[in-house]
Amino acid sequence: MDTRIITALEVVLVVPAVLVGYILATERLISLAHGKWRERIRPWLWLTPAFVLLTAFLIIPTIQTIWYSFHNKDGSQWRGLDNYAWFLNGTGLESLINNVLWVVFLTVGTIVIGLSVAVLADRVRYESLAKSILFMPMAISGVCAAVIWKFMYWYQTPGTTQTGVVNEVITKAGQSPIPFLVDSDYKIATFALIFIMIWMWTGFATVILSASLKSISPELLEAARVDGANEWQVFRKITFPLLSPTIAVVSTTMIITGLKTFDLVYTLTANGSYDTQTIANEMYNQYFSFSQYGRGSAIAVVLLLAIVPVMLFNIRRFQFQEGIR
Amino acid sequence: MTVEARARDAKEDPARNPASNRVVKVLRRAPVHVALFALLFVWLIPTIGLLINSFRSVDSINSTGWWTVLTAPSGLSLDNYRQVLGQQDLGSKFLNSLYITIPATLIPTMIAAFTAYAFAWMKFPGRTWLFLILVALIVIPLQTTFIPIGRFFSNFFGTNINGSFLAVWLAHTAYGLPFAIYLLRNFMGSLPREIFEAAYIDGASPVTAFFRLALPMSVPAIASLVIFQFVFVWNDLLVALIFIGGNTDNQPLTQSLASLVNSFGSGWQYLAAAGFIAMIVPLLVFLSLQRFFVRGISAGSVKG
Repeated sequence: MDTRIITALEVVLVVPAVLVGYILATERLISLAHGKWRERIRPWLWLTPAFVLLTAFLIIPTIQTIWYSFHNKDGSQWRGLDNYAWFLNGTGLESLINNVLWVVFLTVGTIVIGLSVAVLADRVRYESLAKSILFMPMAISGVCAAVIWKFMYWYQTPGTTQTGVVNEVITKAGQSPIPFLVDSDYKIATFALIFIMIWMWTGFATVILSASLKSISPELLEAARVDGANEWQVFRKITFPLLSPTIAVVSTTMIITGLKTFDLVYTLTANGSYDTQTIANEMYNQYFSFSQYGRGSAIAVVLLLAIVPVMLFNIRRFQFQEGIR
Repeated sequence: MTVEARARDAKEDPARNPASNRVVKVLRRAPVHVALFALLFVWLIPTIGLLINSFRSVDSINSTGWWTVLTAPSGLSLDNYRQVLGQQDLGSKFLNSLYITIPATLIPTMIAAFTAYAFAWMKFPGRTWLFLILVALIVIPLQTTFIPIGRFFSNFFGTNINGSFLAVWLAHTAYGLPFAIYLLRNFMGSLPREIFEAAYIDGASPVTAFFRLALPMSVPAIASLVIFQFVFVWNDLLVALIFIGGNTDNQPLTQSLASLVNSFGSGWQYLAAAGFIAMIVPLLVFLSLQRFFVRGISAGSVKG
C-alpha cells in the first residue's frame, strides 16, 4: 500500500488518541495536587498544547522575521534599514501602489455590489437562491478562479474568432479585443485580476450585509414611509447609517484580503509580470527565487505593518462585544 | 400588513382592482428583477464556460468559443477527464490534497476545542489578556512566519522535513488555531451557565463537563469550523508552495494546477478538466452543507 496513506491514517487515528490521552493524563496529575491548586493548575495544562504551537509557529517566527529584516541576505550581518530602503526605492513602491489599488477597488467593488444585491434581493422571492449563486465562488480556490478566468479573458488577435467571453462581447460591440492578462497599459492586467477577486468575494459581502439588513425593524422603515420619505431617502437616512458598523466589518475583511493577494497574481501573471506585482508576490520572489532572507523579511514586515491597524480595530471591536455581554 | 397600510394601498390604486394591482406591482418591480438576473448571469457564466470547455477537444477550444456548443452541440466527450486523471497524474495529486487536508482539519479542531473550553469556563489570571493576543494573531500575515519556519523545518529535531506532509500539517495546525479557538470559545461561552453549575454540583469534573456537555452542545460551531478549515486548506496554494515546494510526490492539486496554468507546455489543454476536478470537492461541500459553510466562512473570513 502507498506509504502516504499509512502515514495519513496513523495521524488521523493517533493524534486524537494522544490529545484525549493528554487531557486524561493531566487530570490524573492534577488529582495529586491539593484542593485549591487543582483549579489553578488545570487551565494552564489545557492551554499548553495550543500555546506551544502558537509560540513556536507564529510568535517567535514573527519576532525573528523582524530581526532578519535588519540583516543581510543570510542573516549574518546587521544592515539597519537598508532592506527597507531597497524595497521603497525599487520594485517595492510599485507593489505598494498595486496593493493600494487592490484594497480600494476590491473593498468598494464588493461592498457596492454586495449592498445593492442585499437591498434588491430583499424584495424578491428567490432571495436565497440569488445569494447562493453569488456566494458559490467563495468555495472555489484562487487557483481554480484563475483557471476559470483564464478562459474568460482569453485573447485572440483582432480579426480572428474570439474564444473568450469578455473579448467576444467587446468585439461584438465593435471594439478591438484586449489582451487583458498581458497588458500593463493603464494597469489593465491588475484591474482584470482585481475583478476576479470581486467576483469571488461579493457573495460574502452580500450575505453579511443582508443578515444585518434583516435585523433592521420594518416598523422603523414603515414609519419613515408614512411620514412621506421615498425609498431612496429611507435607504440614505435610515438603512445605510444602521448598516455602517457591518460595512466597517466587511471592509476590514476586504482590506486584509486585498493586502494579502497572492494566488491570482502567482497563477495568472507569472507572479507579478505586466506590472501586477504585489507585496506578497514580491516577498515570495525574494525568498524563493533569490534566497534573500533579509529583503524577504523586510517585505513581510511591511505587510505586517499594513495589517496592524486592522488588528487593533479587531481587538477594540472584540473588547466592545465583551463589554456588552 | 396593517389595515391602514392596506387602505392606503387601495387608495393609491385608481382602479381599486386586485388584478391590475398585481400587474402594477410586477411592473414596478421589473427593474429589480432585471438587475438581479443580469448580475446572477454574469456571476454564473464563468463557471458554466469552464464546465463546457472541460468536455471539448483541444482543437475546438482553440478555434471557437464554448458558447457555440449551446446552438450546435457536438464533439463533447470525457476524454479530457480520462487524460487528466491518467497521464497527468492528477488522481495522485487529488489524494495528496486529501492527505494534507484531513489531518490539517482534524488536529487544530481538536486542540482548539479544549483550549476554547478553558478560555470559556475556567478562571485563571491573564485570561482576557491572553485572549486578546489570540484575537491579534488571527490576522497576522503568514508571510511573517515563512522564513524562520522554513529554517526551523530544515533542521527539525535533526531532520529536514521541508517538502513532507508533516511540515504542512504542522503549519496549517498552527495557522488555523487562533481562529478555531476564537470561534469555539465564543460559542462555548454563550452556552447557559446553569448547565455547567448543575453538573459541577452533581460532582462532575471539568473533564466530564467538557466531553459530555460542552462538546456535544457545540456541534453546530464545530461543524462550521471543520468545513471552514477543510475548504481553507483544500484551496490553499501559498502554504503548499512554501512547505511542499518542489517535492512533486507530495504536491496538492492547487500546486500542480497552478503550474498547469503557467506553463503553456505539456498538458495545458486539460486545464479546464483539471480545474473542475480541483473545485468539485469544495463545491459539493458548499452545496450539501451550505448553512454551516456560510456561517463558518462569514465568521472566519478575516483569518490570515
